[in-house]
Amino acid sequence: MQARFAISLASAALALAALVLIARSATAADAPDPAADAKAFQDFFTRKFPAVKREDFVNGPYSMNEDMRKQWEEKEQFPPYEFALEAGKEMFSTPFKNGKTYADCFPNGGIGIRQDYPYFDTKEGKVVTLELALNRCREANGEAPYSYVKDEMASLTAYMAFTSRGKPFDVKIPNDARALEAYENGKRYFYTRRGQLNFSCASCHVQGAGQRMRAEILAPALGILNAMPIYRSEWSGMGTISRRFVTCNTQTRAVPLEPQSDEYRDLEYYLSYLSNGLPIAGPGARP
Amino acid sequence: MRVLATSILSALALAAATSALAAASDADFKAAFAAAEAAEKQAGALRNRWTTTEAALVEAKKAADAGDLDRAVAAAKEAEALAKASIFQANSEKEAWKALEIR
Repeated sequence: MQARFAISLASAALALAALVLIARSATAADAPDPAADAKAFQDFFTRKFPAVKREDFVNGPYSMNEDMRKQWEEKEQFPPYEFALEAGKEMFSTPFKNGKTYADCFPNGGIGIRQDYPYFDTKEGKVVTLELALNRCREANGEAPYSYVKDEMASLTAYMAFTSRGKPFDVKIPNDARALEAYENGKRYFYTRRGQLNFSCASCHVQGAGQRMRAEILAPALGILNAMPIYRSEWSGMGTISRRFVTCNTQTRAVPLEPQSDEYRDLEYYLSYLSNGLPIAGPGARP
Repeated sequence: MRVLATSILSALALAAATSALAAASDADFKAAFAAAEAAEKQAGALRNRWTTTEAALVEAKKAADAGDLDRAVAAAKEAEALAKASIFQANSEKEAWKALEIR
């Protein structure tokens, strides 16, 4: 009788321990782990495209198609973003009415810092992108902010990206629950289907990466922001990250959000973090 | 007697069909448009409006302004259906997105 009781007790204890273990592992699987996410994300793309070098993903469709790559290399002799780059350089060094310049607003005078953006501002409790920081700089110096989707902002960010070319993305998630939440919000936005076409960002840039959509080859999500801003032949002009997000949403027949809305800022934070270690390649050119 | 009954029934059927196909009234349009706008507002609160819903709302308003209430009501009903689909999408995606995550 005692032996039977002991067996029952031991069985119950074992079952309880198993339950605790399962609950713990479930909690661990659900707990946000950006570093593990980034590794899984980069591994996914390097497995999916074994012939593409990790740092080459920043070249988007050109890393996926030999013919397009040749055309792009030729175009790079006289790159279509060159005018924007020159304009951005001039804008960057031209003083505001109060005599200050953009350099006064940024660490290292704004040179070679693109790879650190976006960052999480622990004072504000929100993500700050480079575009947002530039407009805040303008407003702090009595200037009107630029449109986030037009040429001036693209020119400024083109110049700043150019001064960071080759430097690996180094986006940080500080030990702050709000930063982790922003990262998770960005992740959710990236994978959530929207618009009448029922597409998520991932539909095109994860599942569809490397495939053709009409005449275009869909860029992989890995490294997709490293070449921003870009000159797009489709746009006949330059485009910022804001413009890219707005256009993507519209193409799925979703009403785009306001440029630099919390969702877009968090999305940029998430995508940039996942591409940590890959070199800045902006400004870029795309079909 | 049978002829009379058949005639009355035919007349009733014709009247019913005519009433079903009657031109939409201003009140019909206002009701349909209000329902569509309410659904679209809900989609907006979920940050998931569709461009096609917006286009259908514009079309409904334009048709109503031009006095084509049949087309206006049809467009408003389409807008409502699209808005409801976008609400469904936003709600179902609250959990469904996790299935796509690279882990």
